[in-house]
Amino acid sequence: MTPLALLARLGRMALGALAAIGRVTLFALSTFTHMFRPPYYPREVLLSLLQVGWLSLPVVGLTAVFTGGALALQIYAGGARFNAEAVVPQIVAIGMVRELGPVLVGLMIAARVTSSIAAEIATMKVTEQIDALVTLSTNPMQYLVAPRVLAALVTVPVLVGVGDIIGIAGGYTVAVYNLDFNSAAYLKNTVDFLEPLDLISSLVKGAFFGTIAATMGCYYGMQSGRGAQGVGRATKSSVEAAAVLILAANFILTGVFFSL
Amino acid sequence: MTQDIMPASMIKMDNVHKAFGDNRVLNGMNLEIAKGTSMVIIGGSGTGKSVALKSILGLIQPDSGEIYVDGKPSGSGDRDKFLARFGMLFQGGALFDSLPVWQNVAFRLLRGQLKRPVEEAREIAIEKLRRVGLKPDVADRLPAELSGGMQKRVGLARAIAAEPEIIFFDEPTTGLDPIMSGVINDLIREIVVEMGATAMTITHDMTSVRAIADNVAMLHGGVIQWTGPVAEMDQSGDPFLDQFIHGRAEGPIEAVR
Repeated sequence: MTPLALLARLGRMALGALAAIGRVTLFALSTFTHMFRPPYYPREVLLSLLQVGWLSLPVVGLTAVFTGGALALQIYAGGARFNAEAVVPQIVAIGMVRELGPVLVGLMIAARVTSSIAAEIATMKVTEQIDALVTLSTNPMQYLVAPRVLAALVTVPVLVGVGDIIGIAGGYTVAVYNLDFNSAAYLKNTVDFLEPLDLISSLVKGAFFGTIAATMGCYYGMQSGRGAQGVGRATKSSVEAAAVLILAANFILTGVFFSL
Repeated sequence: MTQDIMPASMIKMDNVHKAFGDNRVLNGMNLEIAKGTSMVIIGGSGTGKSVALKSILGLIQPDSGEIYVDGKPSGSGDRDKFLARFGMLFQGGALFDSLPVWQNVAFRLLRGQLKRPVEEAREIAIEKLRRVGLKPDVADRLPAELSGGMQKRVGLARAIAAEPEIIFFDEPTTGLDPIMSGVINDLIREIVVEMGATAMTITHDMTSVRAIADNVAMLHGGVIQWTGPVAEMDQSGDPFLDQFIHGRAEGPIEAVR
């Protein structure tokens, strides 16, 4: 009985997970079809661009500069064990552009944007504002969801690009001022070593991560249960899901770009 | 199907069922609201009043049964046109807190099929605000800066902004003091009469019922337990209705405490 009950439980969990994946996929597809269908809400898109893109710059910049700096210190310390201190510029560049830039920006966006979208939409749901939108002949998928996802899809790659540059600048600053690297040589090594594919992969990852972050915020917001507890749960679940999906997508995209 | 419905009926619910999991909320509800009249649905908390109202709007899909609006099955035809016939005052106001008051009121006039120039929409919004007793200077404030009674008035102004034929009021006096409740009740009555609209109100405030209703229907156990003109409500002889209107703890309706 007990092994069977355990099996049944595992089965239910697997079915539940598959159903959730199906619901999220349908939601994402519906979001994209609504993006291209009139009416359009340019004002909502502009507000979202401001919210997701411009206002995220400080947190993205700070995350990137500290990470780039720490990376330079680590590589220098690790490389010194086998006389490879000189590779600092190359590894910082590759590490930031290929992995840390997109992943850290993605996670910061999950923390900042996913949570705020989920809490806002969930509160609107709980206070009947979503129902009110519908009765005022406005489709919430078009008015609320599509502008936010579109804004994230467009701006997060830009944020990742900015993060990459600031991260490299952080590494450069530490290397030149603390580790006595030659400034011109550091910059030349960085530029020579990076390939177009590194940059392309970085920006493509940004587009995926932005889409994931905004979609999860909207999805959990729209699914929110009642009351303050419902809003809290929606917010928490949205950030969890966005962070895990971003890391999983990063693994898959790295595989696609660099080991196929 | 549609021939046998009297043209005078604006809303007709025919044997509507709706369950959420094991909880059977509507259990064959029948209701008819004549054009230009004010129907008030009463009933205890959780008896499905909101579900009935949201089913008519298509916010909730009934499991079975038919709903007709002006003789046509609800949800048939163009959805925007269908919804444009309705105005709704939500229980908590449901004002969009990111938009200033006038943009809330003029929401429908600023986008979609009923879109008008911004200046004109603002003028209409200010006129509707005046109609519900608010001064033009609230137009540029945010909903969060207003008191509960003022938010209700703004919600009312939004509900009537596009001159709807049918207006729904979801617990219009909940959370208001008795004087403000009286003001809102009078406003609803006046507006419905002067617009010639068909109104459906759900409430459990008996003062509201007597102020707003032409007809009353009591929802209990998922069906309409009693319906009739408000004047006959006190002599109905229906034990369920009597218990409800007199607020007695003892009676056929079991109060779960």
